[in-house]
Amino acid sequence: MTRTHSKTKRTAFIVAAGLAAVTTLAACSSSSDGGGGGGDGGSGPVTISYGVWDDTQGKVMQQIADKFHEAHPDITVKVQITPWDQYWTKLQTAATGGAAPDVFWMNESNFATYASGGVLANLSDKLDGSEIDMSNYIDIQTEAYTFDGSVYGIPKDIDSIGLWYNKALFAAAGIAEPTGDWTWDDMVAAAQKLTDPSKGQYGIVAQSAPQQSYYSTIPQTGGQVISDDKKSSGYDTPEAIKGVQVWVDLVNKYNVSPTLQQMTDTDADTWFTSGKAAMIFEGSWAAAEFKEIPYAAENANVAPMPKLDQPGGVSNGLGNVMSAKSEQPEAAWEFLQYLGSKEAETAQADAGIVMPAYKGTTDSWVKAFPEFNLQVFVDALENSTQYPSSMNSAAWQDPIELEFNKAWGGELTAEQAAANAAKIMNDALAAEK
Amino acid sequence: MTSQLVPPVEQGQRRSMPLPRPGTKRRSLRHGDRYWAYLLIVPTAIGLTVFSIWPALQTFYFSFTKWGTFGGHEWTGFDNYTQVVHDPELLRSLWNTVIFSVMTLLGIPLSIGLAALLNTKGLRWVSVYRAVYFLPVVTMPAAIALVWKLIYNGDTGILNQFLAVFGIDGPHWLSDPATAIYAVGIVSIWSSLGYNMVLFIAGMQSIPGEFYEAASIDGAGTWRQFFGITMPLLTPTTFFVTVITVINALQAFDLVYLMVGKASPAIEESQTVVYLFYAKGILQGDGGYAAAIAFALLALILLITALQFRAQKRWVHYE
Repeated sequence: MTRTHSKTKRTAFIVAAGLAAVTTLAACSSSSDGGGGGGDGGSGPVTISYGVWDDTQGKVMQQIADKFHEAHPDITVKVQITPWDQYWTKLQTAATGGAAPDVFWMNESNFATYASGGVLANLSDKLDGSEIDMSNYIDIQTEAYTFDGSVYGIPKDIDSIGLWYNKALFAAAGIAEPTGDWTWDDMVAAAQKLTDPSKGQYGIVAQSAPQQSYYSTIPQTGGQVISDDKKSSGYDTPEAIKGVQVWVDLVNKYNVSPTLQQMTDTDADTWFTSGKAAMIFEGSWAAAEFKEIPYAAENANVAPMPKLDQPGGVSNGLGNVMSAKSEQPEAAWEFLQYLGSKEAETAQADAGIVMPAYKGTTDSWVKAFPEFNLQVFVDALENSTQYPSSMNSAAWQDPIELEFNKAWGGELTAEQAAANAAKIMNDALAAEK
Repeated sequence: MTSQLVPPVEQGQRRSMPLPRPGTKRRSLRHGDRYWAYLLIVPTAIGLTVFSIWPALQTFYFSFTKWGTFGGHEWTGFDNYTQVVHDPELLRSLWNTVIFSVMTLLGIPLSIGLAALLNTKGLRWVSVYRAVYFLPVVTMPAAIALVWKLIYNGDTGILNQFLAVFGIDGPHWLSDPATAIYAVGIVSIWSSLGYNMVLFIAGMQSIPGEFYEAASIDGAGTWRQFFGITMPLLTPTTFFVTVITVINALQAFDLVYLMVGKASPAIEESQTVVYLFYAKGILQGDGGYAAAIAFALLALILLITALQFRAQKRWVHYE
């Protein structure tokens, strides 16, 4: 009798312990939802999450969020930083489970995928009578965050590409620094003079990252990466091929750039910031990075991209979006409006992290880096086109980069690589619906 | 069959703690004991079901579908498997995986030699040496990859600086399509050397000392003893290590991902099957096809392992 009794007791204990473990787990998972018990907004204090991927910017985003909290004491914003490499994987999984952050960063490549997938809240209905006026933002950014005629994102920032150069290396070679009048041929001639194999020094780093290479030159040779209706690829046109060819020539014909293998082992920016290459096509975002490297801060400056056949360029930029499944839609919308305000956009510029998408606030960004001639990037916006993207950009972007890498490596001609790229893109676009 | 897969470490312990031999009639468990046994494996069983078995079944189901980006999917029958059979990229990655596996297998004789050296009687600082060789096993792959990337760097790496002393102009090891897979393979051998070494040392220590005494009385030298006694009696360990090494090599991913990466000009010539699975499923969002790749790989691993178990009858000696 006693034995059975103690056994029952033991069983009861184990069951109880098991239940406790299970409920603890459940408690963990519900608290990580981030929402907490606030209910449906408006009533009582609520906490919302803001998903971003950049460490440096994350700190500024937190300052902006704190400023917002001062004006809206009921809403606390938690900035969640996920490193770039995991950001999209994590976001996709979270979005599939309906647990995306309330407000988060979006880029142009992924925007249409998320907007068409029902992950993002449609903001068009909310815009009337709100503090947001979409005409305040640089037009290509407003367009970039509009899908099927509806607005799904508030433009956060914008970038453009310039020709960064090393003043010291130009002076040492006795060559005049680049100006806005430079043609592509001027650049090639300078690069040839600046290349010195005995010192392991190159005239330019012709990196194969799309935005810093063919995305920037194809608009200048009169071509298109993707058609305006986003139904077909423009890579196999003579104009687009020329936009690729000019880069391949720098590496394989003029030998004024490190090879692709060299740029893979040591990344392109490092070639430039260590004084081993005199020029590089880099983005406005590089200003913040170069400023932190003493050698680059002292010797780097930037000029407009050299001229090809016609003015052109490409701009990418982030948008702030909100989850369609947010449990705190009112608080999230309130915060989104603040992020799109002139005050918050200017705060980014003052901190010098990015060029804001709000018209007329770029001046404070230019002033944040007196050592560089950043007006170049603001002027470049005038001729910039949208960053190439489609409903499922991920299906073609990486595979196409690999094709063009083969042209950089000399395995394929620019024409062959462009033909392969066009086929990859057209197949992927045909699979979109 | 199953008893033979037990790592030889335990076979060594058998001497001091006899376990029932397979086939020996065991005392049947009373009903109440069995109840407790089941209760005790419940937590593990739940974990295994939730985190391994159920996802595996789902992956199998998804391999017959086309995946929507945010969870939706449509049934496409054998389409993904048809693509598996006709995909030149997959064929290439299979070949890369074979090269990689053969390379890591070459690490096994190395570990045996190392184990024999570090099992020498009277060797000073033996635990220091063992710890040194074992360190890579407990080091994070990310740290290993980072350090080796610096060593392999074509322009500034110490490997090429060393080769330059002899007038050799070394390649860009990790970015050159001709060398990348071998460069990664060497790191893989280096990082698994210590783990295999420990298993082999344990295997060697379980060989009874009388055999060696008898052999030396008969006049057999060190080499003769090594090839006549150590190697044959080590075969169960060698078999175990070979099976595990092949399975691990066929699933290689982390070093390729960390050391070569998606933007490298050498990625097509060095991506393994699992890397391709990652590229298709995660980077390009084609989850259905990635699932089919995973099951094709599973079939391959099962086949190879089955072949190994058949072949072992010819070369593995159990005392």
